[in-house]
Amino acid sequence: MHEGAAPLVEVKGLKQYFDINMGFFRTKPLKAVDDVSFAIRKGETLGLVGESGCGKTTVGRTLLHLYEPTGGEIWYNGKQVVTKDDITELRKKATMVFQDPYSSLNPRMTVSDIVAEPLDIHHMYKTKQERQDRVLELMGYVGLNSEHASRYAHEFSGGQRQRIGIARSLAVNPEFIVCDEPVSALDVSIQAQVINMFDDLQDKLDLTYLFIAHDLLVVRHISDRIAVMYLGKMVELASADEIYNRPLHPYSRSLLSAVPLPDPRAARAHKRIVLTGDIPSPLNAPSGCPFRTRCPYAKEVCAQSMPPFEEVETDHFVACHRLKEIS
Amino acid sequence: MFSPNKPFSLQQDPDAFLPASEAEKEQITQLRPSSTFFRDGVKRLLKNKVATFSLIMIVLVTLASIILPSVWPYSYEKMLGVRPGRPVDSSYNNLAPFEYGKTELKKIEAGEKVFPHVFGTDAHGRDYFIRVVYGTRISLAVGFFASIIVLIIGMTIGSIAGYFGGKVDLLIMRIVDIIYSLPDMLVIILLAVVMGQVLNVQGTVLEKIGSNIISMFIVFAMLYWVSMARLIRGQLLSLRKQEYVLASQVAGAKGKWIITKHLLPNSISVIIISTALQIPNAIFTESFLSFLGLGVNAPMPSLGSLASDALNGISSYTYRLIIPALVICLIVLSLNLFGDGLRDAFDPKLNA
Repeated sequence: MHEGAAPLVEVKGLKQYFDINMGFFRTKPLKAVDDVSFAIRKGETLGLVGESGCGKTTVGRTLLHLYEPTGGEIWYNGKQVVTKDDITELRKKATMVFQDPYSSLNPRMTVSDIVAEPLDIHHMYKTKQERQDRVLELMGYVGLNSEHASRYAHEFSGGQRQRIGIARSLAVNPEFIVCDEPVSALDVSIQAQVINMFDDLQDKLDLTYLFIAHDLLVVRHISDRIAVMYLGKMVELASADEIYNRPLHPYSRSLLSAVPLPDPRAARAHKRIVLTGDIPSPLNAPSGCPFRTRCPYAKEVCAQSMPPFEEVETDHFVACHRLKEIS
Repeated sequence: MFSPNKPFSLQQDPDAFLPASEAEKEQITQLRPSSTFFRDGVKRLLKNKVATFSLIMIVLVTLASIILPSVWPYSYEKMLGVRPGRPVDSSYNNLAPFEYGKTELKKIEAGEKVFPHVFGTDAHGRDYFIRVVYGTRISLAVGFFASIIVLIIGMTIGSIAGYFGGKVDLLIMRIVDIIYSLPDMLVIILLAVVMGQVLNVQGTVLEKIGSNIISMFIVFAMLYWVSMARLIRGQLLSLRKQEYVLASQVAGAKGKWIITKHLLPNSISVIIISTALQIPNAIFTESFLSFLGLGVNAPMPSLGSLASDALNGISSYTYRLIIPALVICLIVLSLNLFGDGLRDAFDPKLNA
């Protein structure tokens, strides 16, 4: 769909380690994200999936320089983001929608103040009237009406709160939005509305999304390409259809076999690949391939080195030593 | 819909399914006026009878201490028995309540009206009521200003420690620990003595209240901010993990913006409550020091120094000790009860 488009956001070898206190003056690095590389093309939606604690959210936040990356490069629109000025510039073009619509809105602020906060910070209006007009325009985008502007966040339902959060993220006229599990706190009927709204907004405002989620059906619906993460590493990246029809990495296979099917007959015929054991703690990650402790195909080579993240087919990246033998 | 003509018919009356008119729609939509946290809190506060009564007492006492000195016919420092060119008239000293001095009695006999000495006079022939009012004024002023100083310093330092965390926080909190461990009364007394020598307030506006009070403010500023700073730091440490702070950072906000727009407004209840509870604390300290003779300079009275002076004549003029003591009790008790009421009304954790 966007094959020819230039990458808007590019990440090369991104690392994000957190120091964990292990007692008196001893710290240990927690490798939340370890050597992740990918690119997001202009106008596309990249879905990012994986289990809880695999580093999806950290990727999203480090991408926006909310955490100072431990290593690696972040490129935005052909320019590397390094200095404070770069970051200030990035703040006007890249925003974020948060997971929890309850804690992401300040309970002491009215909706119009919440939505206008980015405008206030960047001094993006000249008169009060201009600010008010912009707020109402943004609220119109997300299907809220002007009566809601003077109310407080606690007066709204979860879905409405998430719309307020989306309106806020649109305030600076961004090109790129990191959606950090924006629908997982909502119930299913509201999820559909919000997802469709994301789709409409993308068409209308020419947006690029990094869509983080753990609901695989939601991700498939909205994404052009999907990246699968496991324990801080990216294991597979391909177009949405490709991943769904022909997942190559053993982890992606088992992940996708867990997607519930709406047709009971198909569901009965469908075989789930159930993994044994639990996801290891990122503090004591296994050597080599992080998935080897649970992988049915693991061999010695998997314990020795991390498999490279290679393009095995056009636009299909996989990191697995034993790809040839198992496919 | 039940139609009366055909009681057993299952047919629905189509009239019942007509779209609602504008007037009917208007009836159904009830938009409750938006209520803020602050309004809710005030509502809860006013429901609390003890707190409301305390608030009324505080307002009355404050108003009285501001207004009464300008309408009262006697002044706090004028010795009524002393007149230029005449010997001292000792009949004015130590008057009981509603008694009069010699010259005043003559005036009354002549049919003139003389304003009564409601609480009598003290050993120097000064009207005692106005002295108590002045003492209240001083005590309240010390209480309010000391709390404001504590609030400003504590809020600034606490915000910095709580928001930035890490090494800044560690350093500030160790300083706080050191100050905490000092015996504050001892420091106040030592500083009051030293300041009295060092500070030169002669000829300035501050001369009337004296260097002791100034040193008391300084000590308050230096010592009492620690508990406020700790409290605010704790609040901010927990609040800065909220996602709306992250959202603000995504929008490009810096520390000052986040602290003033997000963190402090969300800890405002705690700030109000502890400031309100700080006032009686300061008043009590002031009275205590004045009682020891380290407070205001004579002839300016404070409630503590009035009580201290009254000790000399305690067997004959007991009421002179009881009156300022009662006023202190009234002020401190009302402020404490009001502070408790504020906490009940504004602390969301308590009324969950």
